[in-house]
Amino acid sequence: MTANPGVAGPPAPRLRVCGLSKNYARRTGIGRKSLSIAAVHDVSFEIQTGKTFALVGRSGSGKSTVARCVARLESPDAGQIFFGGTDIAPLGGRDLRSFRTEIQMIFQDAVTSMNPRFSAEQVIEEPMLIQGLLSKNDRRNRIMDLMREVGLPLERIDGLATNFSGGQQQRLAIARALSVRPKLLVLDEALSALDLSSEAQIVNLLLDLQQVYSLGYLFISHDLSLVARLADEVAVISAGQIVEQGLTAQVIANPTHPQTVELLAPARSFQRSYSEMLGAAE
Amino acid sequence: MVEELLKIRDLSVAYSSMGSPPLRAVDHISLALNPGEVIGVLGESGSGKSTLALSILRLLAAGGRYESGEVVFRGRNLLALSESELREVRGKEMSMISQDPALSLNPVMRVGAQIAEVLRAHMGLSQRGVNARLEELLRSVGFDPPSQIATAYPHQLSGGQRQRIAITQAIACNPALVIADEPTSKLDAGLQSEILALLTEIRRRHGTTLVVISHDPTIFAGFADRMIVMYAGRIVEEGKTRDIFRAPMHPYTRALVQLSQRYFVGNVASRARFPIISGEPPGLSRHDAGCRFEPRCPDRMPVCAATDPQEVIAEPHRRVSCFKYDS
Repeated sequence: MTANPGVAGPPAPRLRVCGLSKNYARRTGIGRKSLSIAAVHDVSFEIQTGKTFALVGRSGSGKSTVARCVARLESPDAGQIFFGGTDIAPLGGRDLRSFRTEIQMIFQDAVTSMNPRFSAEQVIEEPMLIQGLLSKNDRRNRIMDLMREVGLPLERIDGLATNFSGGQQQRLAIARALSVRPKLLVLDEALSALDLSSEAQIVNLLLDLQQVYSLGYLFISHDLSLVARLADEVAVISAGQIVEQGLTAQVIANPTHPQTVELLAPARSFQRSYSEMLGAAE
Repeated sequence: MVEELLKIRDLSVAYSSMGSPPLRAVDHISLALNPGEVIGVLGESGSGKSTLALSILRLLAAGGRYESGEVVFRGRNLLALSESELREVRGKEMSMISQDPALSLNPVMRVGAQIAEVLRAHMGLSQRGVNARLEELLRSVGFDPPSQIATAYPHQLSGGQRQRIAITQAIACNPALVIADEPTSKLDAGLQSEILALLTEIRRRHGTTLVVISHDPTIFAGFADRMIVMYAGRIVEEGKTRDIFRAPMHPYTRALVQLSQRYFVGNVASRARFPIISGEPPGLSRHDAGCRFEPRCPDRMPVCAATDPQEVIAEPHRRVSCFKYDS
């Protein structure tokens, strides 16, 4: 584990999203005109090198659309996405493909994002093959290094990914993402399908990897109490718009929007029940 | 002494598939449920919680088979009933709420009709009686006015609405026992509290016994009366919810309770590492001697790897299987 690199002066943000908007077309009937639904409207935020920014909201709030635009699985309808100094919003074709080594995405349901006939090795190797990185031998070495790093047993390198446990599949997805040495990971509900025990393990893994590689994380979640432990900054999104945004500690200590308060409710209610239980005399 | 509603004695369930050794997902479990109580079943994925739930209702998937034991419900061993006798129990006297209502509801049938189907099968009501009961039920779970929701298809509903429909279906005949397998884990934060409040309300109003399964101990705080903790197909600890949280005895229980620290927002420095249980739960096909938690246990002693711990009644209403409490 390395220490945080000393920073002189305010560094340029690694990612800067300005006024991002995305509409989806919805057909109203056969042969009729399509209707435009705003999924995300005027979303702006920054992520510094090695920092975590969390976007939190309920189902259907538009948070995944933001994630997909930043990872450029979707093209935004308006706004800029600066990565380094380049606006990646308009990229396409070969430029877009080579840019994909910079930002990688982790999905909620890891196994459905993998070819079910692939071994662990093939899953991790795939992005390197697509990008034409390294020789066969070097790829193999990197795969083994990555497996060690994310805590997967090396003897399972030829095992089918579908036979791994949920936590192991998410480790595999992380190894695959890291294979092309990205600078930013977009984690779209990456922990939501895991049980609490695997979740804690993956959280610690993500914290370690962030230190080692100075990775930036865009963390998408419905779970504000989890995010509170991970993110430097947080934004709450509701109906496609950011309704509250700030340093995590401040937002948690002093939530101003009703949506933020609602997202904190399960944590508050557990804390209440827990202190009641501890206080209850025999 | 209240008469037990359900008594599970020495139950073992194994799955076999071609070419691999059988997996014993439930391993010599005994458990008694009292009328009107809420029992939380806690454990990681793969600890056998869901198999336990399914085996009570005899809903084991293909390949699952009972190796030993009995499940006595209101004096009758369910494992000895015929299919037609069992149909009289399922849905009427006991029912189940599954994790994902998107999968348990029929996608091409209006939700009102799906609930009415249960009422017609078990209650012997007239069409008018069914309609009246359906309306009453939908109102009681918070759909007001109920007419609009009854004519909707599952895909037209949100996740929270679908789960409330699944609950309505489960309580339609006012069963004595409802088993809910991870009823909130597919829902987002606000809806979780809503569903738990609804289940609490159902118990209060009808005296329903609830068995609720989860990997997340926090949902049991202020909700379950009693908890059992499962690991690798066995019950490793049982106690009142308050005692489990205040003073967990088994090292596995202690580790699971510590995971609930994730909800202590504001008290803990951000980017602090989470307390974890390292490693993975064991496979269920091989049973070597010794405590199954031993490889992951922070408190392990030489005896733990060699011998199976026996269950100890550590206090009244408290049992634990761990050599730390073996006198």
